[in-house]
Amino acid sequence: MYEMTGARAIIGLLERQGIDTIAGIPGGANLPLYDALRDSRTIRHVLCRHEQGAGFLAQGIARSTGQAAVCFATSGPGATNILTAIADAYLDSIPLVCITGQVPTSLIGTDAFQEVDIYGLSIPITKHNYLVRSADDLLRILPEAFTLALSGRPGPVLIDVPKDIQTATIRFARWPEPGCRREVPAADGEAIAQAARLIDAAERPILCLGGGIIHGGASDLARELAEKCSLPTTMTLMGLGAMPADHPLALGMLGMHAARSTNMALQECDLFIAAGARFDDRATGKLVEFCPGAGIVHMDIDASEVSKLKTATVGLVGDVRHTLAALLPLVRRRSRGAWRHTTAMLRRMYPMTLPEATVPERPYGLILKVAELLDEEAVVVTDVGKHQMWTAQVYPFSRPRQLLTSGGLGTMGFGLPTAIGAALAMPQRPVVLFTGDGSLQMNLQELATAVEQRANVKILVMNNRSLGLVRQQQRLFYNERHIACDFQLDVDFCTIARGYGIPSFNAPAGCDLDSLLRQVFAVPGPCLVNVLVGREEEVYPMVPPGAANSEMLGGFYAERCTC
Amino acid sequence: MLNDALAELSAEERGATLELTVNNHPGVMSHICGLFSRRAYNLEGIVCLPQGDGATSRMWLRVNENAKLQQVMRQVEKLPDVLALVHHPAEHEIFSLVGRFTA
Ligand SMILES: Cc1ncc(C[n+]2csc(CCOP(=O)(O)OP(=O)(O)O)c2C)c(N)n1
Repeated sequence: MYEMTGARAIIGLLERQGIDTIAGIPGGANLPLYDALRDSRTIRHVLCRHEQGAGFLAQGIARSTGQAAVCFATSGPGATNILTAIADAYLDSIPLVCITGQVPTSLIGTDAFQEVDIYGLSIPITKHNYLVRSADDLLRILPEAFTLALSGRPGPVLIDVPKDIQTATIRFARWPEPGCRREVPAADGEAIAQAARLIDAAERPILCLGGGIIHGGASDLARELAEKCSLPTTMTLMGLGAMPADHPLALGMLGMHAARSTNMALQECDLFIAAGARFDDRATGKLVEFCPGAGIVHMDIDASEVSKLKTATVGLVGDVRHTLAALLPLVRRRSRGAWRHTTAMLRRMYPMTLPEATVPERPYGLILKVAELLDEEAVVVTDVGKHQMWTAQVYPFSRPRQLLTSGGLGTMGFGLPTAIGAALAMPQRPVVLFTGDGSLQMNLQELATAVEQRANVKILVMNNRSLGLVRQQQRLFYNERHIACDFQLDVDFCTIARGYGIPSFNAPAGCDLDSLLRQVFAVPGPCLVNVLVGREEEVYPMVPPGAANSEMLGGFYAERCTC
Repeated sequence: MLNDALAELSAEERGATLELTVNNHPGVMSHICGLFSRRAYNLEGIVCLPQGDGATSRMWLRVNENAKLQQVMRQVEKLPDVLALVHHPAEHEIFSLVGRFTA
């Protein structure tokens, strides 16, 4: 018979779950939990400087490993601070278990000090959530939370634990089994056979890989399908890395900032095969004009995604890995010479970049230089803005989970704490963060965490002294009526980094970027490089929000485009 | 033409009922109602009663059959606290019984 407090039981359950790192910040309502954590021999606590940082740090662990990660926050302001990171995890389907302290049960509903209804607040941004009402329930809830976070379409789960539940004593004979991912079978066999017939019959099919392929560990099978059927393959932002960028069938990202050739090919396709992708508006543009005339095969583990936005000709609801495995033997090997020739020609006519844009002084040049110096071991993290889109456009991602980026929520401030989490989860891999001067300042305080944890994170600030992507939208869609996008203060990021004890470098225009970056990557631990980027450097092509993907503005060879 | 339009309108407005079996604890109602309010989809009526030993409840939701219904039903089915969902394409008689109190 075991006898212990609720807090001790929570820590015990997390240990048995295999959790070795927890990010968080203590406060009045979770002090018993922290007191119990002090006795853990296997869990390391990472003290962050803001709860949003803790939430994203846990996301960095989850995104880089695919395992569920854990974060702690106290009641009230601690809990509200962590909500943004939870919403972000929800939209990108990231398995997270967030445990918040709550005021004692007897005070709930009295507007007690630091009482906030975090259960109510987190309903729309979690897969499931709990307000624990009896300490005995912890033995059921904790494993269940992990099972839910990891199973089916992954996502965040929040457990709100009142302080008296943490201090209550519970007795039990046996520890429950840890929660784990429940297997989901392949889609219905008849539907798979129908999809195979559609694929065989298509003349101009395109395969689209989304984040689900990465969550489902299905990139190898997706690639087999693409190769067997000669399917030109595009990826959503969340799917980048599912097929190596240099693969002859890879078309790169689709949508708002895709290469012209990719969106043009999509206009012509006669079958769009979405695998683990959800027809997000940033990917499809104006939906009625997306892939006009194409049939749709949609594979997703979440039944509510299929035909949610675009009616599927065939919906394949099930684990995408199993579905692909069942589909592979049914499709015919085809070479599709004419179609592959068309897509290859489009790619040659409308390349993503040109030599003059890839010189080291310019954004693409910087990103490609970094890629040249690192191998596929490296983890690439971005913040949100132009720098994120530039990275998505040209970094040659070659494996799943290589890119960690905030796709669905597009949260500025995502980058630094997520990069630290990835560095802690994968100490043998170098982690590089492409960030903007706006985004970095949204969780700048986590520089302290990076130092304390000796996280091997190289921070590259693409500094255009502005909220670049906002500025670009004002330029293109508001007649250059700029407001609230240019910073008045030119922050000296190097001095700031030094204040935290982080080595830092300025990379002025014309500097020897190659030798500077080599030097930076050679030394383990955090380092910041401030790279000046012209305010006028824009992300092109760009599909205006709400417009069809065929309406691309700017970019190379725009004048050649007839669509 | 007019008849077609009227037929379409009444199809739009037709009442339907979702009958749910759910775990009975505080919060389940907010989870379910939130799926509707988030989509600006009105719940026209709710009846909910505990059943058996009180561990579960039966819930009837009166809704107008429209394009959002399918998506909401799929979302309802995903909730871990929802044990069963039945869609009645017509209004359930429970609402006419309860309706006596509003007459
Ligand atoms: C938390 C948050 N607030 C506001 C926005 C809107 N927004 C999108 S991009 C952007 C500018 C980003 O600036 P910066 O990080 O400097 O990157 P840049 O675009 O200049 O590369 C803003 C304000 C956002 N995505 N997230």
